Amino acid sequence: MPENISEPRSMRKRIAAVTTVGRGHLGDSLFELLVFMAALTIVLLMALLVYKLYQTAEPSISRFGWGFLTSEEWDPVNDVYGAKPFIYGTIVSSLLALLMAIPLSLGIAIYLSQFAPRWLRSPLGFVVELLAAIPSVVYGLWGIFVLAPFLGKTIEPFFADHFPGVPLFAGPIYGVGLFSAAVVLAIMILPTISAISRESMLNVSSEQKEAAQALGATPWETVRMAVLPLARPGIIGAVILGLGRALGETMAVTMLIGNRPEISASIFAPAYTIASVIANEFAEVTAGLHQAALVELALILLAITLLLNLLARLLVQKTGSRAAKTKSRRA
Amino acid sequence: MKNGLHHRRRNLKSNFAYALCALATITALIPLILILAYVVFQGAGALNIDFFTQLPKPVGETGGGMGNAIIGSLMLIGIASVVGLPLGILAGTFLAEYRSPRLSWTVRLLADILSGVPSIIIGVFVYTLLVLTMKRFSALAGGVALAILMLPTVARTTEEMLRMVPDSLREASLALGISRWRTIVSIVIKTAGGGIMTGVMLALARIAGETAPLLFTALNSRTWPTGLDKPVASLPVQIYTYAIAPYADWHQQAWAGSLVLVLIVLILSVGSKLYFGRKMRRVR
Repeated sequence: MPENISEPRSMRKRIAAVTTVGRGHLGDSLFELLVFMAALTIVLLMALLVYKLYQTAEPSISRFGWGFLTSEEWDPVNDVYGAKPFIYGTIVSSLLALLMAIPLSLGIAIYLSQFAPRWLRSPLGFVVELLAAIPSVVYGLWGIFVLAPFLGKTIEPFFADHFPGVPLFAGPIYGVGLFSAAVVLAIMILPTISAISRESMLNVSSEQKEAAQALGATPWETVRMAVLPLARPGIIGAVILGLGRALGETMAVTMLIGNRPEISASIFAPAYTIASVIANEFAEVTAGLHQAALVELALILLAITLLLNLLARLLVQKTGSRAAKTKSRRA
Repeated sequence: MKNGLHHRRRNLKSNFAYALCALATITALIPLILILAYVVFQGAGALNIDFFTQLPKPVGETGGGMGNAIIGSLMLIGIASVVGLPLGILAGTFLAEYRSPRLSWTVRLLADILSGVPSIIIGVFVYTLLVLTMKRFSALAGGVALAILMLPTVARTTEEMLRMVPDSLREASLALGISRWRTIVSIVIKTAGGGIMTGVMLALARIAGETAPLLFTALNSRTWPTGLDKPVASLPVQIYTYAIAPYADWHQQAWAGSLVLVLIVLILSVGSKLYFGRKMRRVR
C-alpha cells in the first residue's frame, strides 16, 4: 500500500543506478551488505525456527506418528503422549472466544468507523486498543481473583440452572475452566479484530456510501449494503488474525483454564491447551520423549498459526489493494 | 400511510443498530476500566519502598519485594534492545531503501508471519537454540527471545517511516555528492528518527509484559542478577509465580507487580502514540 504514496519508481531506480554504478564507494557496498544481512536474518530465523523445532520433536514424531494427533493419553510416568485433549482445548477455547468477540468487535468497528461523532472516533479507538497493551499475565491475575470467581458465582450457575440436562452446561462448577478462559481470551482479541475491521471499513470509498444514501438508505442500511460487503475480506482477515492470537495465547489461559487434559462436553469444565501444557511442563523436562512430545505440540501450534496468518494477510491485503484501486481511479 | 409506517420501521431499525454498536463499544470499555481499577487499588496497597529495593522473602515471612525482578526485567529488555533494535532498524532500512523485489517480498512476508508466531513458541525455539547448547537457563537466552519478538515490529515500522521521507531529500543529498550510505544514515534515517522511535517504544511495550517466552529461557531467580549466563528473575514471571501460589501475601505482591508493569507498558504505548501524533502535526 505504501507503494502508491512514494512517487515514481523509475526515479528511485535512476538514483540507484547513478549511485551504485558510478563509483565503487567502499562505504556503500559495506552498508548495503550490512542491511542485506539484517534482512536475511529474518529469513534465516524463520527457517531455523521450523528446523530446530522439527529436529527436537523428531523422536516423538517417529515414535507416535499420526497417532499423536488422535491419542488422548498424556502420561509422563509411562512415557506415552497424545495431543488430542490439548488440540481440543486450544480450538474450543479459541472458538468460544471468537463467538463472544466477533459481534462485539464488529459493533465497535462499525461504531468507530461509521456512526460515532468525528471528535470521538480516534480517542475512543485508542482506548479500545489499550486493551491490547495490558500484559497477558495481568489478565491472568485479574482472571483468577476477579473474573473466574464472578463467573463461577453468577453466569455459570445461571446457565446450569436454566438449562438442566444440557451437556454443554452440565457438571460441577469451579469458576476456572474453558468458559472463563474463553471470556478473557475474547477481551484480549477484541482490540485486534476491531482495529483491523475498522481499518477495512474506513477503506470503503465514500462514493459507495453516497450512492446508497442517494437511494434513500438509512445509516444502518448504508452500512449493511455498502460498507460491510466491500469490507468483508478485511473483516474475515481480522477475525482470522484474532483467532491466531487466541490459539497461541499462553499466560492468561494457563491461569484460567484449569489445566486438566480431559475432553468434556461441558464448557464449564476444566481443560488444557497446547500453549498451557508447554508453559507448565517445559521448564521441568529433560531431553527425552516428554520433551520431544512437548516440542511436537509446539510444532502443531506453529503450523496452525502460520497457515491462519498467511490466509489473514492475503485477505487483509485484498481489501487494502481494492480500496487503493478505487481511490487511485478517482485521482 | 403504509409507506410512512414502512419508513418509520426502517428508521427504527437503523437507530436500533446504532444503539447496539454504541453499546458494544461501551461493553469493551468495562473490562478495561475494571482491570485498571483492580490493579491500581489492589496494587497501590502493597506498593512501598521495600517493593523496589528488597529481595523476595521466603514463604511464611511477610514483606520483601521484587527488586531483583525489576532489575532482571531491565536487563532482559536491555539485551533485547542491543540485539533486536539494530537488526530491526537495518532490516527495515533494507526493505525501504534497497529494492530487491524477490527478497523484499519474502522478508516482508516472513516478518509479518513472525509477528504472528505465538510468543511461547519463540521461547521453545530459543530453548532449543541457546539453553540446550549452553546447557543452562540464562538472561542471555531470555533477552534473545525478547529480541526475536521485537524484530518484526521494529523492522516494519522502520520501513514505513523511511518510506514517508520524500525522495527530494535523498536527491538533494546525492546531488551534493554525498555517498548513498551517508545519505541514508544522516539524512533519511535521521529525518524519520521520530517515527522510528515510536516503533521502538511500541516494541518495548510489547516485550516488557511478555511472560511465556521467559518461562524456560531466563527462568526465574530469588537472588539479584549475577551475570548474563545465569537465570534471572523478571517482573512478569514473578507476577505469574506469585499469582498461582497459595499465599495471600504473595497475591498482594503480584498485584503490586502488576501495577508497576502496567504503568511501564502504558507509559510506553501512550507515550509513543502522543509523540507520533505531535510529530505528524509538525510534518503537516
